[in-house]
Amino acid sequence: MSGATGGAVGRGAVGRGAGGLATGGAGTVARPALPLPAQRSAEPVPRRGTVVVSSMASDAHTWNLVFLQLLIEELGFEVVNLGATVPDEMLLAECRERGPVLLVLSSVNGHGYHEGLRVIRRLRADAGLAGLPVLIGGKLGITGGESAEHIAELLDAGFDAVFDDRPEGIAAFTGLLGRLSERQAHELR
Amino acid sequence: MNFGDHVRAVHAGGALVVQPRMGMADPALMRAGLEAVERADADTVGTITLDSYTRTGDLESVRAALRDGVGLNGYPIVNYPAAVTRGVVAGLAERGFPVQVRHGSARPLHIFGALLDAGLHATEGGPVSYCLPYGRTPLDESVRNWEASCELAAEYAAERGVRPHLETFGGCMLGQLCPPSQLVAISVLEAVFFHGLGIRSLSLSYAQQTDAEQDAEAIGALRALAGQLLPDADWHVVVYAYMGVYPRTAAGANALLAAAARLAVDTGSERLIVKTSVESSRIPTVQHNVDALEYASAVARDRRRQSAGPDAPAAAPAPGTDSQVYREAAALVAAVLDGVGTGGVGGALVGAFKRGLLDIPYCLHPDNAGRSRSYLDEAGRLCWSELGGMPLQGIAPVRPGRRITSGDLTKALCHVQDRFDAVALDRGADRPVGAAEHELLEGKTA
Repeated sequence: MSGATGGAVGRGAVGRGAGGLATGGAGTVARPALPLPAQRSAEPVPRRGTVVVSSMASDAHTWNLVFLQLLIEELGFEVVNLGATVPDEMLLAECRERGPVLLVLSSVNGHGYHEGLRVIRRLRADAGLAGLPVLIGGKLGITGGESAEHIAELLDAGFDAVFDDRPEGIAAFTGLLGRLSERQAHELR
Repeated sequence: MNFGDHVRAVHAGGALVVQPRMGMADPALMRAGLEAVERADADTVGTITLDSYTRTGDLESVRAALRDGVGLNGYPIVNYPAAVTRGVVAGLAERGFPVQVRHGSARPLHIFGALLDAGLHATEGGPVSYCLPYGRTPLDESVRNWEASCELAAEYAAERGVRPHLETFGGCMLGQLCPPSQLVAISVLEAVFFHGLGIRSLSLSYAQQTDAEQDAEAIGALRALAGQLLPDADWHVVVYAYMGVYPRTAAGANALLAAAARLAVDTGSERLIVKTSVESSRIPTVQHNVDALEYASAVARDRRRQSAGPDAPAAAPAPGTDSQVYREAAALVAAVLDGVGTGGVGGALVGAFKRGLLDIPYCLHPDNAGRSRSYLDEAGRLCWSELGGMPLQGIAPVRPGRRITSGDLTKALCHVQDRFDAVALDRGADRPVGAAEHELLEGKTA
């Protein structure tokens, strides 16, 4: 199925550790303060808010997205999973409509660095989404183990954290979500 | 000879047909790859796998890649003139080596046109199996395009006296963690869909999952349902070596392929699609593929000899209709076919997914209900933990209560890899295939 075999899953779409945020690590960099968006309405919201999980336009892999959904749900959030090959316009529209507390982008097809830059610039240029916390992770480049320059570039362009595919990534990611979750619970109290 | 007739004739002669996945952008390399597969010491058929731009219909990107000399990950059959492809396959079918085109497209009409123009007549896929696991093409759009594609193939057949062959990909949905009963149901339903559009030479796929006994039940169920629903068609069963996360050791990968070959022989299956020993780490070379074909073929020969020899275990009766997999698959198929109206089987498939009568666990496509869940039980069999709206209440046992966690999912996805690598490493038979070994193997094939 994927690669020359005709689709996404057949070639082992999932790496060891299964995360699209699969395994980041020394390369995991978070900005010191994670900004949170203001509450958007008085409607009842789930206790810890909604997290949008998404791929980007060129990536047809999905096991990474399924794994992230389960992991984030286990931390007490509602998850909206947009699935595979999400066009930029759709991603922006869904984020505007759903008002998530966090957007998690996962990419495992090797184009994550280029696509991530394009998508974050569009998000940050959108008045309603400029302050949305956005994470990106996975296998972002073709060679594995993203370079420090690429990670710095992604952060400069507006990502709040970047996780490349090193084994410590999941722990760093859940730690970050845990902190977000505590803060969110506090604000909603 | 038609692709299906060839496979059935080889099987009648007592052998298993083995087939690789293989696609090169360069016509000369593609031809050389096909000839290497033909020469392998095994009963082989050939494969032309298309590139991913062609799959999604992005022909402009194919044009740019060919112009700029940028690599493509398969053979761009639509952009090449028919004469080029005719040259690639010239003489092969005539000397008993038919070729199948593999593509992965939810909208394959342009691909059908190109392969028929080039004189090829065997391909594969399906409106469900090449739509829901990949991308976002709406299911009804995929169904309409597949209907037009099958009609084109049937017309071509009528004009030129050739019988096109179509294989379902439904037995491979998502590669892993789809319970066998639903794989069987979708494979059968896609075959019925093709048949309703005039295709009479068919094969039904089933991909090896986590438990050999459950897989044998599944193939028995597939044969039983195909026998009931395709009485006037020529059909055979094609087994796929495991499609999920693959062992990282060469010995583990070979052991998994050997298990697939034995499964094929034990269930009377006619054809096997192989995986190579480097599946987990890279795109295989031609030589990797030839090695895998010869290995699988040798395992199959041994198995057949054993089961015919004096020490043979009493032949287990084919499970056929008396199995849990059959009961579930039959219920799913019946529920979908009950919905056949003016929209035919295609319309019934669209309706079934809308109502959740079919519901593929962990499939994120917008047209999949996404309310079913599966898990691996203690014995390693694939089971349901949530049925959603599927008509399996009272038929399928369901594990009560516990939700699947992210940790469970990871474990389940890597279950087969872990099991086969552990066996290989315990025996001290192997180590992970390293970079040096890759270079060596490549050098060998250059």
